[in-house]
Amino acid sequence: MEGMGMIILAALVSGLVLLALLLWAFASGQYEDLDGDAVRILIDEEDAAEP
Amino acid sequence: MGALTLSLAPPDHADDLSRHVRRDADCESFEVAVTGARCAGCIAKIEKGVTALPGVAFARLNLSTGKLLVRGHDFAPQAVLRRLRDLGYQARPFEAAETLSAEDAEGRFLLRCLAVSGLGTVLAMGLTDAVWYSSDMAPALRQGFFWLAAVVTVPASLYAGRPFFRSAWKGLKARTANMDLPISLAVVLALGLSLYQAANQAAHTYFDAAVMLVFLLLVGRYLDYRLRDKARGAARHLLALQSLLVRRLGPQDTLETVSARDIAVGDRVLVAGGERVPVNGVLEGDTDLDVSLVTGEVLPKAVSQGMTALAGSIVSGAPVVLRATARVEDSLVADLARLLEAGQQSRSQYVRLADRAARLYVPAVFVLSTLVLGGWLVVGASLSVAVTSAITVLIITCPCALGLAVPAVQVVATGRLFRRGVFVKSGDALERLAEVDLAVLDKTGTLTLGMPVLRNAEALPPGLLDRAARIARASSHPYARALAAAAGPGPVAQGVTESTGQGLSRGAERLGSAAWIGARGDSPLWYRDGDGAPQGFDFSDVIRPAAPALIEAMRTRGIRSEMLTGDRADIAARIAAEAGISSWQAGVTPQQKAARMESLRAAGRKVLMVGDGINDAAALALAHVSIAPGNATDISQRAADMVLRGDDLSAITEAVDVARRARRLVLQNFAVAVAYNLTAIPLAALGMVTPLVAAATMAGSSILVTLNALRLARG
Repeated sequence: MEGMGMIILAALVSGLVLLALLLWAFASGQYEDLDGDAVRILIDEEDAAEP
Repeated sequence: MGALTLSLAPPDHADDLSRHVRRDADCESFEVAVTGARCAGCIAKIEKGVTALPGVAFARLNLSTGKLLVRGHDFAPQAVLRRLRDLGYQARPFEAAETLSAEDAEGRFLLRCLAVSGLGTVLAMGLTDAVWYSSDMAPALRQGFFWLAAVVTVPASLYAGRPFFRSAWKGLKARTANMDLPISLAVVLALGLSLYQAANQAAHTYFDAAVMLVFLLLVGRYLDYRLRDKARGAARHLLALQSLLVRRLGPQDTLETVSARDIAVGDRVLVAGGERVPVNGVLEGDTDLDVSLVTGEVLPKAVSQGMTALAGSIVSGAPVVLRATARVEDSLVADLARLLEAGQQSRSQYVRLADRAARLYVPAVFVLSTLVLGGWLVVGASLSVAVTSAITVLIITCPCALGLAVPAVQVVATGRLFRRGVFVKSGDALERLAEVDLAVLDKTGTLTLGMPVLRNAEALPPGLLDRAARIARASSHPYARALAAAAGPGPVAQGVTESTGQGLSRGAERLGSAAWIGARGDSPLWYRDGDGAPQGFDFSDVIRPAAPALIEAMRTRGIRSEMLTGDRADIAARIAAEAGISSWQAGVTPQQKAARMESLRAAGRKVLMVGDGINDAAALALAHVSIAPGNATDISQRAADMVLRGDDLSAITEAVDVARRARRLVLQNFAVAVAYNLTAIPLAALGMVTPLVAAATMAGSSILVTLNALRLARG
């Protein structure tokens, strides 16, 4: 039973970290253009426009 | 109408694009609607091409929305548009005020709520599952788990539940009870009850139920938002396409290119052959006008100096100068604009299925929980038992699956129609389409191709068509184009001169009107070589091959068809007979079309209007539901509920079928959700619902409803 508190605490903290990451991803526009992101990987590096 | 896409190269930029550029402290941004980009190659080509322009620091194309964002210092917006055109893409600037400021804050807010409630659900289930599955847990430990669950779920539910709280509050202020009222009450009461139970060392809490409720309902809410957002995006795109650019003549006859909206009364505008007349005005020369978009008449009209040209007509003869008599906003018939507005209002009065369900459901739930409260008190139970049971009934009947029942089906249905080439602008348009019992169709450009086609090709002497077509290919006049189309691909004659309102000549050969050629007859176009015998060409509009099948398909589905056209009665009679339509009216003005919609509505008919022209726009807006073919004018596409991607009329039949199936599935979903809840209500009323049962009914009915909706994606 000693470790349980630690485990629960770890679950809560990691959950909050994940949530923070997700909210950051939303805010930085990573879900704005899913169609474009899917095909951008096909663009050759030297041909790509400067970001 | 096909003529729109055939227009000659329009002016590609306005000299003043400043109102399309937003200036911030450290950079300027410019947004362009790009059409035609579809692949990685397009993205690379466009971004590289635009970034190479002087002053441009950043260019990024959003493939989902077709929006190109350009940032930099002192770059020329005209150069960006020209570069895009050189690369082979159509480009129109967005108005800065239109897009950059109107960021979709609502979508981001819903997404944040979804993330918070999703995480809250996962954590709460982990914490409370531990309690459910260990019956021998020490009370103190159980208490600890409950308080942990409270720490997670209370803030998460209150944060993520705000979309519902706001809507319920708005509803209350307007003295109506919408679906969000019982939802908000259930969430708040579940949290309150659980806190009370935890403090009193009870065995059950509903922390997980509250946050799960919010999460599942937000899924439905987000799907609904995505549908509306897609439609809004399309409308914005259309708006950008409407920012028509025109050539204005300055004081010394200098030409400058300006946005059509900047044309003032009295300005002189040059309109080249194939271009659209931007504003109502008086002609300063002779030319031919294609008015099929404005009135529905297919054959072009010869007009002369001093006559009025209406906005939307296409100049099919020589370039002409026009003195504007109205601004762009006033150029559509004022009545038409007013009717458009009235149509949009009457449509907003339509009560969606979900709202109709809410009107029945919300009072029922409140009555039920009041009865439970009263029942327990009458049989002598303590107040706490009675209140607990009443709240449990509220939680268990919460319309979780009802919130998903409609959006889930509509998302699947619109997705399926989108792949079929039908763009649905709103979810309730599908609901309205399912109710239709009468189809009213426009003739020109909808049932027919909307352009003249040569009729007497077989009767011509051999070789004559080819000789005439060689000259005709040099002109963009509708008759000349029809002649060239009938002859097929071939060479263009050199040295053809065009005499406005008369015809084309090359040496001794002449192609033009009867009077000019020196011939007598009814044919609108004649060919004569020197003093040889003149030969006439006859033209008429022809029906689309898919039209009779569409009318027949509608009949088998119990939908009668009717044709309204502004064209002549003899032409209308022939087309109606070929399409298999028995009731039709010819010579109808736009106002009469709209009035017909009003009278059909008053007679209780649910009308589907299909039309493409400017003269159809008001009728499209007033109909119960409306569809515009992909070649329709911008204003018709805006007024219609659905837009076909191409001009394949058979897609309309499929849209009706999908709409009817979607309606059936929605009703089934309501039944599933209500049935599921009904089984749980007696248990809740008797105080026998454990949190486990609550969670199972909620998740179970939501999953069932979603799976049922997915059936529409197949076959």
